[in-house]
Amino acid sequence: MADYLRPSSLDEALQALARPWTVLAGGTDFYPARVGRAIDENVLDIGGIAILRGITAEPGGWRLGATTTWSELLEAGLPPLFDGLKQAAREIGGRQIQNAGTIAGNLCNASPAADGVPPLLALDAEVELAGRAGMRRLPLASFITGNRRTVLAPGELLVAIHVPRPARDARSAFLKLGARRYLVISIAMAAATLEIEDGRITAARIAVGACSAVAQRLPALEAALVGATVGFLAARVEALHLAPLSPIDDVRGSAGYRREAAATLLRRLLARFAS
Amino acid sequence: MKIAFTLNGRAADWNGPPITRLAAALRDDLGLTGTKIGCDAGDCGACTVRLDGRQVCSCLVAMGQVAGRRIETVESLADADGTLSALQKSFLDHGAAQCGICTPGMLMAAQDVLANGHTPSRLEIEDALGGVLCRCTGYSKIVDAVMACAPSADIAPPAGAAVGARLPRLDGVPKVTGRDRFGADAVPADALWIRVVRSPHARARFTVGDLAPLRARLVAVLTAADVPFNGYGIYPDIKDQPVLADGLVRYRGEAVLALVGARADVLAIRDQEVPIAWTPEPPLYGIDAATAPDAPLVQADKPKNLLLDGGVKHGSLDAFAGCAAIAEGTFETAFVEHAYIEPEAGWARRVGDRIEIHASTQTPYMDRDEIASVMRLKPEAVRVVPTACGGGFGGKLDLSVQPLIGIAAWKLGRPVALVYTRPESMAASTKRHPARVRAKFGCDAAGKLVACDVHATFDTGAYASWGPTVANRVPVHAMGPYAVPNVRTWGEAFFTNGPPAGAFRGFGVPQAAIAHEAMMDALADQLGIDWLEFRHRNALRAGDVTACGQRLEHSAGLAQCLEALRPHWRKAQTESAAFNLKGGPRRRGVGVGCMWYGIGNTSMSNPSRMKIGLAVDGTLTLFSGALDIGQGSNTIMTQIAADALGLPVAQFTLVTGDTDLTADAGKTSASRQTFVSGKAAENAGRDLRQQILRLANAGSDAALSLEGTALTVRDGAEVRTLETAKVGPLMGEGTFDPPTTPLDANGQGIPYATYAFAAQIAVVEVDIELGTVKVLRMVAAHDVGKAINPTLVEGQIEGGIAQGLGLALMEEYLPGRTENLHDYLIPTIGDVPEIECILIEDREPLGPSGAKGVGEPGLVPTAPAILGAIHHATGVRMQRVPVLPHRLREAILAQGPAP
Repeated sequence: MADYLRPSSLDEALQALARPWTVLAGGTDFYPARVGRAIDENVLDIGGIAILRGITAEPGGWRLGATTTWSELLEAGLPPLFDGLKQAAREIGGRQIQNAGTIAGNLCNASPAADGVPPLLALDAEVELAGRAGMRRLPLASFITGNRRTVLAPGELLVAIHVPRPARDARSAFLKLGARRYLVISIAMAAATLEIEDGRITAARIAVGACSAVAQRLPALEAALVGATVGFLAARVEALHLAPLSPIDDVRGSAGYRREAAATLLRRLLARFAS
Repeated sequence: MKIAFTLNGRAADWNGPPITRLAAALRDDLGLTGTKIGCDAGDCGACTVRLDGRQVCSCLVAMGQVAGRRIETVESLADADGTLSALQKSFLDHGAAQCGICTPGMLMAAQDVLANGHTPSRLEIEDALGGVLCRCTGYSKIVDAVMACAPSADIAPPAGAAVGARLPRLDGVPKVTGRDRFGADAVPADALWIRVVRSPHARARFTVGDLAPLRARLVAVLTAADVPFNGYGIYPDIKDQPVLADGLVRYRGEAVLALVGARADVLAIRDQEVPIAWTPEPPLYGIDAATAPDAPLVQADKPKNLLLDGGVKHGSLDAFAGCAAIAEGTFETAFVEHAYIEPEAGWARRVGDRIEIHASTQTPYMDRDEIASVMRLKPEAVRVVPTACGGGFGGKLDLSVQPLIGIAAWKLGRPVALVYTRPESMAASTKRHPARVRAKFGCDAAGKLVACDVHATFDTGAYASWGPTVANRVPVHAMGPYAVPNVRTWGEAFFTNGPPAGAFRGFGVPQAAIAHEAMMDALADQLGIDWLEFRHRNALRAGDVTACGQRLEHSAGLAQCLEALRPHWRKAQTESAAFNLKGGPRRRGVGVGCMWYGIGNTSMSNPSRMKIGLAVDGTLTLFSGALDIGQGSNTIMTQIAADALGLPVAQFTLVTGDTDLTADAGKTSASRQTFVSGKAAENAGRDLRQQILRLANAGSDAALSLEGTALTVRDGAEVRTLETAKVGPLMGEGTFDPPTTPLDANGQGIPYATYAFAAQIAVVEVDIELGTVKVLRMVAAHDVGKAINPTLVEGQIEGGIAQGLGLALMEEYLPGRTENLHDYLIPTIGDVPEIECILIEDREPLGPSGAKGVGEPGLVPTAPAILGAIHHATGVRMQRVPVLPHRLREAILAQGPAP
């Protein structure tokens, strides 16, 4: 019989990670990968570690505990900066998945179609990784390195996501494209965070998901938006801005369609900021 | 590990591996089988329970996570005395539960919007229920039930008034309380379990190595050599599918070995540990590959990979020469998965020299005979006891778990169970036939159809299954529900290395309807005639002769359906035109689809026999072999029988399905149960009534009443009371076999005794920049002869529409790629629009109280109506379904500038 450990402290979890464990949090990716077969690996359930859960405002920004669920995020009192992330939260699975699935789980699972990644990239999020040797922080963009691949080292846990407080008032938004309503894997999605002063964009962070192995920021588009007036953002989107994307053909859509749909989503997303 | 928690308000504890899924612990250890498992992957929501007041999929929760927490399951909803909660009662009253497999999950999810005490909006309900899939209802009645969740009066029609009443389903209480027993719900504790090892290749030869090490770890490992007669199939002369493959597999997912042992033991063995040496061969995928001149054979004895072909010839195609307008097109459809929320499941036990099969099925008697054939037993040595069936739609007409559990239980002398996983269900089971339908239709200047030429080619997959049924049925229907004097239709089916294509709601007719309805739109456009009016002009009417040479004497209500739709059609046209004036990327369109559907088998006998017993103790029992797979036949049969006999429905008890206790009422397919078995039930009721009237020496108008053992017959002023203890037991019997004749070489004859007709309107909104389609509204007018129970009839139509919507917009089974319910998409509650049903009752004199059938007709016109609406909105006629967003966007781009 394999081991199951559900520690109540982070320390205990990190000590346990001296040997290999499969980490379990919300279970929404763990169990679907184990349909119809005995579960025979050692499982470290981090869901009982209080410090890993919940959202706190800090001077420099916000700390989202790793095992905070999407529903908890939706219910948290957060500024408009988080609207895009909340819009993504509502599009993840159905309500059952939102009630169980965790933010860090979505990142560590590292699916190209992870709905949480583009809005967090657009929030300039960093991840905090803890190991027995200490902790390290790195940008989300450096954390996920490929399809189902992250830089999480053996013995490390993703313990928190940090969202920095923008220099100015910022708003965010998210759009998802799927072939049905609810419970759908994204064909493409787009997220934007815009800092706005006097009706003009002072900083923009844009990310597109499901159009490359890892969701991508679009720096050229971000640069093109700076200085633009909020009512006229959509027209700034150009095909060239989508160069970082490398969409593929699969059962949900063709590469060409994805590239075009991403541009359409971006235009619509940016148009939303006009109101 | 011992874990303590609160379960349905009471302290509970459980002991076991903490990684165990909550769903499994509830069902297997805590005795709460009301929580259903549809996928074990969070994709279907059937296992939804509430954890600390929040809805979760219990298949995704580890038991280790529930310590100290509060769990509520469907069993918590009704009071201890059995009083239903308001929502359960509302589900019953609204017909929101059909098969009932998703009902517990729906009820638990719906608590989200009930808790806060206000009447929820449709959107709030959709958000709350969006994580639970239903394949039966089309969600409409579920939304209604949640929205109107308030106590209501019971409906209890008096004697003689059951037919036509909106009676809540008689088997509904177990469905809304979670007490119904589906295939996986009542497995004996001492049962052994089977895990089937399946082929990862679509076409391969293989050898099995030394099984001794595996056998040492298990109770048994079954191979082809253990199957007494290793071939099964629907047709008496085509037993082409092995129970376990013998050195050769013809599709991915084919069964190769059966591991038998304790459940944990069989699940612990990975496929890599099973010594099978594979030699894969290039698979034949698709019609073109199968029909290529040098194509290898899928079945050695089927030259050219041809399963069967045939057609209908009437008049002459020379008539095309005189047509004022001609339309042509070729249309393609994909493999479509039934996606019933209950995966195949059952268990068997040997009782002396008999084998008893408890499984989810649509066809107990065919199962009995097929199991007997495979096991080389006499049919009488096989007892099939159907469990509740969590959706079938044609997919549970073929054997699945039955032969393996039967063989293993027989051999080992112990109960043996087999429950498919979702991926296994999807890989192993039959599919809707992919079709390529080439159609050419011509009409005169007045818009009257003159000629049609339809050639339908089907991919029947690796084994015959119901392929011949599809290839036979389609030529009869392929001209559509229209009077066409000159007809040539052809159907043909080819073997490939795809999954076996079998029966799926409509037997190929939905595929053909996509083609003939596109032709109607195209001809109407050429002549500048309104789409609906063009169809009305050509609709088959009573007195018309079909392409098979059959005169329709009665009950051909398509014109009435279209007339009923006309005001909706005009309103929708006006509204969508107004919407489109606003411009922007969203365009609305309106389409109409029509269909006809022959009820029952094509030119083949398909009798039903029903019995009604009045026991000496006064118990009145309907013995019905007609299986209710959610469509409502338990209720319909009782309503019909009650009125024929003249006693209230409430006095009936029902014995259903068990081949030892009921007579053969055929299969639940071909929309035949209401018409065929219903007529047999009516005849059985009349027979029992005649016996009673004779005993009482009463006239035919006498009124019956039954109180305890006192059976009172009132004939005018004369009242006579019979004691059932003295006159009983009495048994009324009835049979019915719809009158048909064989079709000759040109397809001439009487293929069906009666036909259902329908027309549906779809209103869609297309996002022309993204290619997405949102169906905004459906209006469905169906000629059902007589609606025995309008609520149940609407439920069939709405559920059919949801499946038609899926066929049109999202469903495509690709072996190895869409073998789960997150890659294979079926409509959710957010995809199916509001549906308005209009019931046309053009009586069929042969049917019970004039009724025909409605099971399949609900689905057939939907995809054509949606495709027409997309065309109307965009100018694009999609020739391939599903219309995935990228396909529609590419077609819009190919068309050039927007219209």
